[in-house]
Amino acid sequence: MDEDRTTRAAAPIAEFREAGKRYGSVVAAEALSLAIARGEFLSFLGPSGCGKTTALRMLAGFEAPTSGQVLLDGRVVNDVPAYRRPVNMVFQHYALFPHLTVADNIAYGLRQRRPRPPAAEIARAVDAALELVRLPGFGRRRIWEMSGGQQQRVALARAIVNRPKLLLLDEPLAALDRKLRRDMQIELQGLQRQLGITFVLVTHDQEEALSMSDRICILRAGRIVQVGGPRDLYDRPANRYVADFIGKSNFFEGRVAATDGDRATLTLAGGRSLDGRMPVPLQPGAAATASLRPEQIVLTRGPAAAGGVPVRVANRIFLGEHTEYLVESAGLGGFLVLVPRQAEADAGALEPGDLATAHWPPGAALILKAD
Amino acid sequence: MRQGPSAWLLLVPAGAWLLGMLVLPLVVVVVFSFGERGAAGGYVPAFTFANYLNLGARWAAFRNTLTLAPLGTLACLIIAYPLAYFLALRAPARWRTLLLILVIVPFWTSILIRTYAWIFLLGGQGIPALLEALGLGAPRLINTPFAVLVGIVYGYLPLMVFPIYVSLERLDRRLLEASADLGSPPWRAFLQVTLPLSLPGVATGCMLVFILLMGEFLIPAMLGGGKVFFVGNALVDLFLQSRNWPFGAAVAAALVLVMLVTVTLYMRLVRRWAGGRDDVSLM
Ligand SMILES: Nc1ncnc2c1ncn2[C@@H]1O[C@H](COP(=O)(O)OP(=O)(O)OP(=O)(O)O)[C@@H](O)[C@H]1O
Ligand SMILES: [Mg+2]
Repeated sequence: MDEDRTTRAAAPIAEFREAGKRYGSVVAAEALSLAIARGEFLSFLGPSGCGKTTALRMLAGFEAPTSGQVLLDGRVVNDVPAYRRPVNMVFQHYALFPHLTVADNIAYGLRQRRPRPPAAEIARAVDAALELVRLPGFGRRRIWEMSGGQQQRVALARAIVNRPKLLLLDEPLAALDRKLRRDMQIELQGLQRQLGITFVLVTHDQEEALSMSDRICILRAGRIVQVGGPRDLYDRPANRYVADFIGKSNFFEGRVAATDGDRATLTLAGGRSLDGRMPVPLQPGAAATASLRPEQIVLTRGPAAAGGVPVRVANRIFLGEHTEYLVESAGLGGFLVLVPRQAEADAGALEPGDLATAHWPPGAALILKAD
Repeated sequence: MRQGPSAWLLLVPAGAWLLGMLVLPLVVVVVFSFGERGAAGGYVPAFTFANYLNLGARWAAFRNTLTLAPLGTLACLIIAYPLAYFLALRAPARWRTLLLILVIVPFWTSILIRTYAWIFLLGGQGIPALLEALGLGAPRLINTPFAVLVGIVYGYLPLMVFPIYVSLERLDRRLLEASADLGSPPWRAFLQVTLPLSLPGVATGCMLVFILLMGEFLIPAMLGGGKVFFVGNALVDLFLQSRNWPFGAAVAAALVLVMLVTVTLYMRLVRRWAGGRDDVSLM
């Protein structure tokens, strides 16, 4: 009995077991296996059409998997309809009820409970939820009298007022401008900590995923490519796809020439070789890509110093806190270097046409599977 | 937004039409209603309230109209709503257009011919005979209020189906998902989301059918067999047969007044129920 309760408590709040979803010949999700821990903030990240919404809809109960299982709280819920799941969703386009006031929208979920909670209790919960999303006193307003950002917060309030075990958010911030989005990201994160609810967020904005999530699940064409913490994915991407999706990177194609533990030497197409760290073991001779983050490269003025790569500055873009240089090298071709404001101020800006040397610390380059 | 004089020019054709086809005839009707019947029928100028005081003679026509028009509207609504719901939300998308066309196909034939068909169907040789053959008795159907109601539903159904269909078709399906997500079983989602959001269509359909029914005369004439007559039938009789134009004008004016009152009450009701919703038009 007790043991059962402890295993239940330790069990993931939600789990995909080889879950797949097909629409006729279209495979929207294939063999997803993923456990979502209690209280965590997990993001699904991937390009348009990769199956993020499909994964979320399987958790919400709008789609039944065509293969495998979806579990909530340790129970298989493949056939449990959405209205019986202890899960709430914040829809991409809010889906607020236009015929109800803000307060009635938020109260909607509580009023579906049987037995129905007393009106006073509902009113209190609604007020608290409005307070939480910083819209106190807006209860009597109509939906169309609210701005986009306010509607978004009403949608959030409508979901969290039910204190679901799992809160699903389908690109909830996509319609907001940059500044408001940043504010809402911080608010969401704060809310998640405050309420202790498990959040599952869908986004195709890597910055959003990196800044908010405990873990990120990267999808590609309906499959999970890699799951891990933001730092993990950034520092140890499983392949080029992940490195490309998380942050900006320079890629150099080649073949593995030699390996030594987690280190490898890559022979590039131009004949030059490049050393790097290999997060996932590769066989010598395999096609591979070296990934080098622009901010890991240091530029020094003047022609080649020992161990560096001689380059010529081709272009310079001012980004505010950083300056992005496009440099050309005989052996590596063009690549990007990100120079912090302070470093540039200390050494003096380089101009297009200047000669310079690019360095990076050993192990900065990652040798990854080519795709 | 300020509107220049050119915007008002747009109203000229409609204004002219309204003046010539609605206001002037109405004035004529009102003037006639205070006149006297000539010896050979028609109108002789006078100023008397006798026609209005005599309205009680046509009380049955008003009573029939004022019971069967709302009843017919209600019957249309009860049949049209599920039909429109099915067409808009349940029918497979590729069948939808075809099914919609089927709803209007009857309009391609004259209402006269179609109502004749009902005379046969409801007459002794039709459904009553069939029921008798099945041993269920032979109820009298033709020339009853029921027959008129059947004719009304048959003739006016599409007018009710279309506005409801449009409002259901416009319904954002994501709202139903949101409702389910918040814990509503399907039937409660229908009552709390689908139904309220389709009420503008319902209000429009009811208004349309009700107003047209108030002036109906063909269906009661053919299926009511002179027993169930509407105000419309009284008017036909007074203007074309007994040629008592002043009395006819008084009946017509009374009908307009009754209609005005009911429609105003109806709008009040709709507006109160809509409670400031701006997605609900007055109809
Ligand atoms: N109802 C459906 N019928 C057929 N195919 C569908 C259906 N829903 C989704 N798909 C397909 O499944 C794939 C995954 O769709 P999904 O909506 O999960 O993508 P997504 O990752 O959420 O994309 P986006 O970022 O554009 O929202 C797509 O190729 C899509 O075309
Ligand atoms: Mg999506």
